[in-house]
Amino acid sequence: MCQIKIYGRRPVTEGIHMPQYILLLREAPSDFSNFSPEEMQQIIGEYVAWRIKIQAEGKFVGSNKLKDEGGRHVSLRNGKARVVDGPYAEAKEIMGGYFVINAADYDEAVETSKGCPHLKYNGWIEVREIEPVPAG
Amino acid sequence: MIATLTRIFGIKRLDQVEDAVQDAMARALRLWPYQGAPDKPTAWLIQVAKNRVLDQLRRDSRLTETTDELEIPIGGEADATFAAEIRDDQLRMIFTCCHPLIPEDGQIALTLKTVGGFSASEIARAFLAREPSITKTITRAKQRLREFDIKLEMPAPDKLQARLESALKIIYLMFNEGYSALEGEELVRTDLCHEAIRLCDLLAGHPVTGAPKVHALGALLLLQGARLAARCDAAGELLLLSEQDRSLWDRAMIGRGLRHLRKSAGGDEISDYHLEAEIAACHSLAQSFEDTDWPRVIDCYEELLNRKPSPVVALNRIVAIAKVDGVEAGLAELNKLSENRTLRNYYPFYAARGELLREAGNKSEAIDSYQKALGLTSSEPVRRFLMKRITDCGGKGVGSGE
Repeated sequence: MCQIKIYGRRPVTEGIHMPQYILLLREAPSDFSNFSPEEMQQIIGEYVAWRIKIQAEGKFVGSNKLKDEGGRHVSLRNGKARVVDGPYAEAKEIMGGYFVINAADYDEAVETSKGCPHLKYNGWIEVREIEPVPAG
Repeated sequence: MIATLTRIFGIKRLDQVEDAVQDAMARALRLWPYQGAPDKPTAWLIQVAKNRVLDQLRRDSRLTETTDELEIPIGGEADATFAAEIRDDQLRMIFTCCHPLIPEDGQIALTLKTVGGFSASEIARAFLAREPSITKTITRAKQRLREFDIKLEMPAPDKLQARLESALKIIYLMFNEGYSALEGEELVRTDLCHEAIRLCDLLAGHPVTGAPKVHALGALLLLQGARLAARCDAAGELLLLSEQDRSLWDRAMIGRGLRHLRKSAGGDEISDYHLEAEIAACHSLAQSFEDTDWPRVIDCYEELLNRKPSPVVALNRIVAIAKVDGVEAGLAELNKLSENRTLRNYYPFYAARGELLREAGNKSEAIDSYQKALGLTSSEPVRRFLMKRITDCGGKGVGSGE
């Protein structure tokens, strides 16, 4: 398996005590052309503030941005791998990236998500609990 | 950022630079939520935007300059130098946008767009104008830059004073647009005030442009800006200076304003900004409206009037006189002014007259005056204010009185 750099303290699967949740940030593709630099700066500020807040609260585990492209869709067709370029420009919705957080339960994970500015800017967040890897 | 990149690529590529900055910001907006902001965000953005313009230039194969010439030092050891460079770039940009060959409305819009990063729609919202007309104003201003081959540079020493004067005027107008316009989107208008303060600070902090009158303007803007939050009551209704809750005034801004005021005393010139700042300081330092140092306020207004007749200043002086010599004296002064043709169609004249008559206990004439004012303004907040006064005086809040 290839190594992915997680922008955070440790890889997702390492020694887990507290349940972890993945927040999948979904949104409509946008080039932000309707925002002025001033407005974008303000939005960036909100995201960065949220990030710093969950870091300070010890909830932040890691996060990654996924490249803005359609990716590839791989499937089996009649026993042969079929690879299709994922739609990006035409897609109604894409996954921009994800965060992994610590949370005691779903309620707390959802509460953390509610503070994410992503919701204010036409996105929605899918919250999923990660199955812990048994120790040993 | 736009200022720095325009210095590198030339004012002729202003449009390209603006697009590149927009792209760089959009890229940051996609990446930084997940990766955090880089250590030197501005340097990062400038680098990304710069590469973007370079790519375009190469693609257009119209690149006549060598890339060496286009290199700028970014980040690294010279952070302080970098910050100073950005500041200087912004100053150059202010002077370019405020070039006397560009019409005044174009100067303001272009400064807001290129130095302040405001979009045409935000500027339109602040100015109560339609977006296409602001876009047109900006386009025309840019055309002027090209036509007259206006360079992105600091004015020559012999022209600096005159050019500084027009830059200060634009900053002053920008602030007033945000401060005095009673309609338009509150948030954007507050931004406008803060941007004006930032630009003035920028000029004040530079050894070449930091003249005493620049500090005087800085003092004026900060002392007035400190009252931004107190101008309306909870319901959003307009409050006069006498009615404002002074505990809502921003102490930190007043402190900064007073520091500027001290520095403004450094020269032998007393500009209009000095006088206006002094009046603002009288208000800022007074515990209450009644405690204001009115004689000093009157002196300043009289000096301003000696320099340049202005109905606004004349009216304000009379309000101050009424405070010192009594309402009757104020009304007598007002009557002298009523000969003035411009004032006859100027609603604040009748509004001020109404205030004085009301204070004098002459309710029926006060109502008349308020109603005349009502017939002369279409501003909704002002109309609501006048109607309330009329009802308070026992009149019916309808009709123009004409």
